[in-house]
Amino acid sequence: MTETALSIRDLGMVFRRGEASVEALAKVDLSIADREFVAIVGPSGCGKSTLLKLVTGLRKPTRGVIMLYGRPVEGPRSDVGIVFQSPVLLPWRTVLDNVLLPADVLHLPRAEYRDKALGLLELVGLGGFANNYPQELSGGMQQRAAIARALVHDAPLLLMDEPFGALDAMTREGMNIELQRIWAASRKTVLFITHSIAEAVFLADRIVVMSLRPGRILDIIENPMPRMRSLDDTLTPEFGELVRRVRVLLGGQGVAL
Amino acid sequence: MRVVRAAGLPLLTFVLFVGVWEWIVRHFEIPPFLVPAPSAVAGAFVRGFAEANYLGHAATTAFQAVAGFLAGSALGIALGVWVVVFPTAERIVYPYVVALQTVPKVAIAPLMIVWFGFGIESKIIIVALVSLFPVLVNVIAGLKSVDQDRLDLMSALSASRWQVLRYLRFPNALPFIFAGLNTAIVFSVIGAIVGEFVGANRGVGFLILQANFALDIAAAFALFVVLSIMGVTLHAILRWIEGRVVFWAKAEEHFRA
Repeated sequence: MTETALSIRDLGMVFRRGEASVEALAKVDLSIADREFVAIVGPSGCGKSTLLKLVTGLRKPTRGVIMLYGRPVEGPRSDVGIVFQSPVLLPWRTVLDNVLLPADVLHLPRAEYRDKALGLLELVGLGGFANNYPQELSGGMQQRAAIARALVHDAPLLLMDEPFGALDAMTREGMNIELQRIWAASRKTVLFITHSIAEAVFLADRIVVMSLRPGRILDIIENPMPRMRSLDDTLTPEFGELVRRVRVLLGGQGVAL
Repeated sequence: MRVVRAAGLPLLTFVLFVGVWEWIVRHFEIPPFLVPAPSAVAGAFVRGFAEANYLGHAATTAFQAVAGFLAGSALGIALGVWVVVFPTAERIVYPYVVALQTVPKVAIAPLMIVWFGFGIESKIIIVALVSLFPVLVNVIAGLKSVDQDRLDLMSALSASRWQVLRYLRFPNALPFIFAGLNTAIVFSVIGAIVGEFVGANRGVGFLILQANFALDIAAAFALFVVLSIMGVTLHAILRWIEGRVVFWAKAEEHFRA
């Protein structure tokens, strides 16, 4: 058994606004092994983004414990890299300087990390764009730069919150293949949030299926399909069966998908 | 070729306007102490520079305007940063700033002459007071109008308050700051002239008063031309700097979409 990267115990989150309160998450238990790729899929408003925010330490849970590499999460941590729904690049910084932002903030030696950042840009397929500004790149390329930024400070855990949600279907498929490659090359642990069942099945070792509010884990489905997966693999009966199982679980929620 | 075509129409209307003006003044024999003919204004303009040291006076006015603008803007930026970084400061300082702003600067100009004398110091202080407010208001607005996503990015990296200011809030505020500076540079010439009207022995404002007392209206018009050349030049220089510094601002809208 490999080391546990992330362990979530009895996590609950209630949002209060005045008198009203909304239970976003209830009794979430989840363990992710080191170098595992786990996708969380669920309907809109199932609290999957809330779950991710709690893991990042940007919000505090109402109940429960999150352990990251054996230490409880009590605030933002430098051992996670985050990719948001939008690229969130700073337009006054070049692509390279955007990737180096975590190094600047964490007071890491710039000269050393410059080479690392250039290597990462190469890895995400932006080798020739280090000195361009983000606004000169397409949406998909901007999101690649954001992935490079999340990887630059050597965080072993990568949290991705619907990173390809804003991209068109073609670009999205391409990015899924790229991400699998980047994940394999960088040997990271990934927690990936998505509302696309096909994307979750394609990318993940395990697919966590969440219910409608309050979000709880309906089931965790293992994906035994071998790496590296190609787009052709998505046409196999095995892939179709996995997609069907997830859909049935979600269908029981009365959610149109 | 395109430049010629772009400049052609405005040039033609200008020539027509000046021609009609000249014709009306000559035809209806309008006395020169009411409205001078354009030819008389041009004559006064040339004579002023050749015999009455217009260049020296214009340099004095321009120096007062620019020095006061720089001092007022620097103070506005510093005060704005201070107020945003320490919210208590905003509650203490801001009412005084608003109170100061509601007093017309023309009303306190005589006091500045009494306190700081007939020389350029009093004018620089008047200009600084006039420039301060538009810059301050825009600095505060700019520092505060930061995307939540970008703030989350910085929080996820555990950035300190100063790092958020340095890497995010300040560059983010630059387009706003330049909007304030563009207003301030126009105000600064007005401020310098007001100061010179109240009490001075040099400068374009001083010359305008002299010309008016002598009923030399052609000279007054020539001095208006000097002032508008000064204003347009200062504004153009600032816009040029703005284009260099906030090169991303035009692309920002497209970038966010």
